[in-house]
Amino acid sequence: MFTKEELERYSRHFVLPNFGLQGQENLKKSSVLVVGAGGLGSPVLQYLTAAGVGKIGIADFDEVSLSNLQRQVLFTTESIKKNKAQEASKYLEALNPHIEFKIYTDKLTSANALQTLKDYDVIIDGTDNFPTRYLVNDACVILNKPLVYGSIHGFEGQCCVFNYKGGPNYRDIHPTPPDPSAVPNCAEGGVLGALAGIIGSMMAVEAIKIVAGLEPGLAGKLYLFDSLHYYNQKINLGEAKLANKVTKLIDYEAFCSLTGTKQTINEVTAAELKKWLNKSPESIQLVDVRETYERAIGHIGGIHIPLHAIIAQTDEIANDGKVIFYCSGGIRSAHAIMQLGQHSNAQNFYNLAEGLKNW
Amino acid sequence: MITIKLFGITREIVGQPILELAEPIDTVGQLKDFMMITYPKIKALNSLLIAVNSEYAQDEQLLTSTDEIALIPPVSGG
Repeated sequence: MFTKEELERYSRHFVLPNFGLQGQENLKKSSVLVVGAGGLGSPVLQYLTAAGVGKIGIADFDEVSLSNLQRQVLFTTESIKKNKAQEASKYLEALNPHIEFKIYTDKLTSANALQTLKDYDVIIDGTDNFPTRYLVNDACVILNKPLVYGSIHGFEGQCCVFNYKGGPNYRDIHPTPPDPSAVPNCAEGGVLGALAGIIGSMMAVEAIKIVAGLEPGLAGKLYLFDSLHYYNQKINLGEAKLANKVTKLIDYEAFCSLTGTKQTINEVTAAELKKWLNKSPESIQLVDVRETYERAIGHIGGIHIPLHAIIAQTDEIANDGKVIFYCSGGIRSAHAIMQLGQHSNAQNFYNLAEGLKNW
Repeated sequence: MITIKLFGITREIVGQPILELAEPIDTVGQLKDFMMITYPKIKALNSLLIAVNSEYAQDEQLLTSTDEIALIPPVSGG
């Protein structure tokens, strides 16, 4: 199965206990898609290619910029303004000619994600934004594929294997995306270049173990690393399993950002809603989308569906008459309305502006 | 008194890596509530993962002074 050249190239794997010839054959037959050829994607791609994963997909629509070179070690100064996926494949083909590379230079979207991901055994999330992270996670849940996740912030990084044999996925720990600009990206918050190498290498280790047939050490476990203090912790996510089952892809730009869609959401002020309730309370349904502990402190009536369960419990939402969604500040309830855009009664959905603050 | 280790942006919002709270906080849900009310920028994160003794913790879980508590926000950089 292996040529003489390959036998020598991978010789350190062959002598590795628990890996050997079988592990290497498994690698050669496997396929891995790396979404994002940036700070994390660079080391992941280098090690997957060097290790001998048979088929590697590289998805990145972005161009290399000068400020990328501090951590994106696949590229040189000559790569600037060139597509990252194409530049990466040039370097990687020279590293290992036995690998089949497939390049995706179009942006990954809800329209093409399932088609792109379906041919791969393992998916790597090395992206740099929440809409794409939720998109990749949801596509992996729908296609039942393991997702090797990593992210970096300043001196800190995280790594986890999500959706492994029915284990927790990203939405189980973060059901709702943060408000736009609440979490800085690398450009805004800065990042230590070498940290991307550490976290990316950890991701590569997990992906290689999975396709080689070994158990990943971070399946359902979130590994946290603080390079400033060399502190690390591994969180067992075993109990993190929410009711919200992902069944289809949505508009992730809208899901993660209120800008651009705000006009399409009907709003009602607290004063106006009180008038409506005085006039015809029976024709109005209130939906509290806050967490259980918040509702326990006090509420204004109606039914309770936490935001993370809004799709799963759609049946409880009225099919006619006005429906008013509320939370503490009006952000989560707006997210709920956006997620329910396909509901038959969606034109009668209202967001309580500013939430309960003005009640 | 409970001690909370802060990760990611929560460390920058609070301004220190470790937070000690003397407030009467009995559960994970109450801790989330306290952090979101005290720090509006933490509220804007919408979703906080809290681990107690390196295990994912549900809102109902009781907290004690000897627990190792970690507050983990979403992180997007890559």
